[in-house]
Amino acid sequence: MDNIKRKYSKKTISSFINYGIVIAFFLVLQILSVTGHLGSSMKGQLIPICSYIIMALSLNLVVGISGELSLGHAGFMSVGAFSGVVAASSLADAVPNGIIRLLIALMVGALFAGLAGMVIGIPVLRLQGDYLAIVTLAFGEIIKNVLNCLYVGADSKGLHFSLKDQQSLHMESSGKVILSGPMGALGITKLSTFFIGIVLIILVLFYIQNFVNSRPGRAIAAIRDNRIAAEACGIPVTKYKLMAFVTSAAMAGAAGALYALNYSTVVPKKFDFNTSILVLVFVVLGGIGNLRGSIIAATVLTILPELLREFQDYRMLVYAVVLILVMLITNNEKAMEYLRKTIKKLLKSKSEGRHTT
Amino acid sequence: MSNKDIKLVQLPSPNFVPERDRDKPLMLEVSHLGIDFGGLTAVNEFNIGISPTEIAGLIGPNGAGKTTVFNLLTKVYEPTRGTILLDGKDTHGMNTIQVNQAGIARTFQNIRLFDKLTVEDNVKIGLHNSIKYHMPTGVFRLPKYWREEKKAHERALELLSIFDMQDMAGYIAGSLPYGAQRRLEIVRALATGPKLLLLDEPAAGMNPSETSELMENIEKIRDEFKIAILLIEHDMNLVMGVCESIAVLNFGEIIAKGTPAEIQNNPKVIEAYLGADEESSN
Repeated sequence: MDNIKRKYSKKTISSFINYGIVIAFFLVLQILSVTGHLGSSMKGQLIPICSYIIMALSLNLVVGISGELSLGHAGFMSVGAFSGVVAASSLADAVPNGIIRLLIALMVGALFAGLAGMVIGIPVLRLQGDYLAIVTLAFGEIIKNVLNCLYVGADSKGLHFSLKDQQSLHMESSGKVILSGPMGALGITKLSTFFIGIVLIILVLFYIQNFVNSRPGRAIAAIRDNRIAAEACGIPVTKYKLMAFVTSAAMAGAAGALYALNYSTVVPKKFDFNTSILVLVFVVLGGIGNLRGSIIAATVLTILPELLREFQDYRMLVYAVVLILVMLITNNEKAMEYLRKTIKKLLKSKSEGRHTT
Repeated sequence: MSNKDIKLVQLPSPNFVPERDRDKPLMLEVSHLGIDFGGLTAVNEFNIGISPTEIAGLIGPNGAGKTTVFNLLTKVYEPTRGTILLDGKDTHGMNTIQVNQAGIARTFQNIRLFDKLTVEDNVKIGLHNSIKYHMPTGVFRLPKYWREEKKAHERALELLSIFDMQDMAGYIAGSLPYGAQRRLEIVRALATGPKLLLLDEPAAGMNPSETSELMENIEKIRDEFKIAILLIEHDMNLVMGVCESIAVLNFGEIIAKGTPAEIQNNPKVIEAYLGADEESSN
């Protein structure tokens, strides 16, 4: 009983609100989709929204909580996406159950992206300054180009890799090509489900929120606030920066696998610099270090281009204007105050209206 | 060969310590310490010995190299020459983190708190290496997490109570008044469990009553934690009131060492602070 009575801190309450928002988001969309109120274009957006939310949350761990700039987050997504696809496709016969295969693919994606994060992080995070931004930017491009000429096939003997062309895979006639260079992954069995996407978001949220409010999370926040003082307090700076970065990369990898297994084909070009910047925009717009903001920004900005379809050619123009307006308003104390007041008034009048009827 | 006739004798150590610590090994023994920045010699031939319970002062005019000495002791800069023995152990090859773990904690001249974190979290970061659990325990909130966090919370409040700051535990560190920020930095340094505490201008920006309170607290810290303290300070009331030994630095070299009374009357020190009496001699 004492545990229940324990006075929950503000942070804990805020964490639970975040879980609540995600679950409510799931329920509302699920009900809408079951009752047929959801258009097919929106339905197709559900899983991408989930993976973008995970991308934004994981990037927030690097940008907001650890205070480093990463400009190649789509690179990790790409690594996760293609390793996940290879895992899912090559295990098609061994593991007939789709859900289990998806979970394996997510884990493989996270593992490979985490490894890539470690390879980058170990040398770069020892440096101070903007090196991480430069190196991750390059990493994103390198990964894109490597995947552009990577051929992977599977036959009874196992996996075959080549950087040349399909013929040099030297597969048996029954072999199946999984990745074929610039054409990307073809013939993916769609495994991702909205439910798994939501579960993944909750896991990522659970991880980040608990991580931030524990010993290593405090150390990372300390390094962000003042590196020299953190060192003087005996905190191994590189170790903790690496911890945050690798975790973030692994999450991006899982998000990539979730994303790729939602489509029948995925090309390496999808995960280019623009995608990295898009995710960074989610984080900045949602508020650096603000997890709830990341979730909302990722959702709204993924849906927005769909909603703006009626503007046709001017769609991206309107999108840009909306971005600028949001930034202006959220950075303006008075505008925010006004917004809060109007929302409160609206809620009040609604609840009063309900009482009288 | 007649070298069997040679007798070696122990030279008297060049260091002075308070009489009560006469038989104890030195907590900090620095010899021939120096650093060059390019062609500029910032600190040279710096020698000092601090006993385990001593409160020592390091004074000198602006730009004399006092903070550089602190940065050398904590390995923010790698010394060009000389040795630093902490509790008999050479800190050569250690970095700032390892030096802290070996037992040197410091505060900064320009306050370096974790501004966006709470007062309590600042202290808990000082306690980082004494909180014993790893990432998975923290993420999955295993019983050990709650146990260790509770212990850390209690310890943090206990440390804050030295300066009567336990009521401020929930405040954001950056929002504290200046004096409180300085005190919090000391608490955070103490939380790392040092054997030697380096205070860089602890009284800067404090009013006289805060300063006299600080003086009492420095002695209290020494007595309660049984640690050595080396402080840099420009407030002569504090230095003369609390330090047992004082070293005076000018242009990177020690020009005088001794008790407060000796330092006050040392002509070299007076010259360093007020300048040579050129006008009257001309």
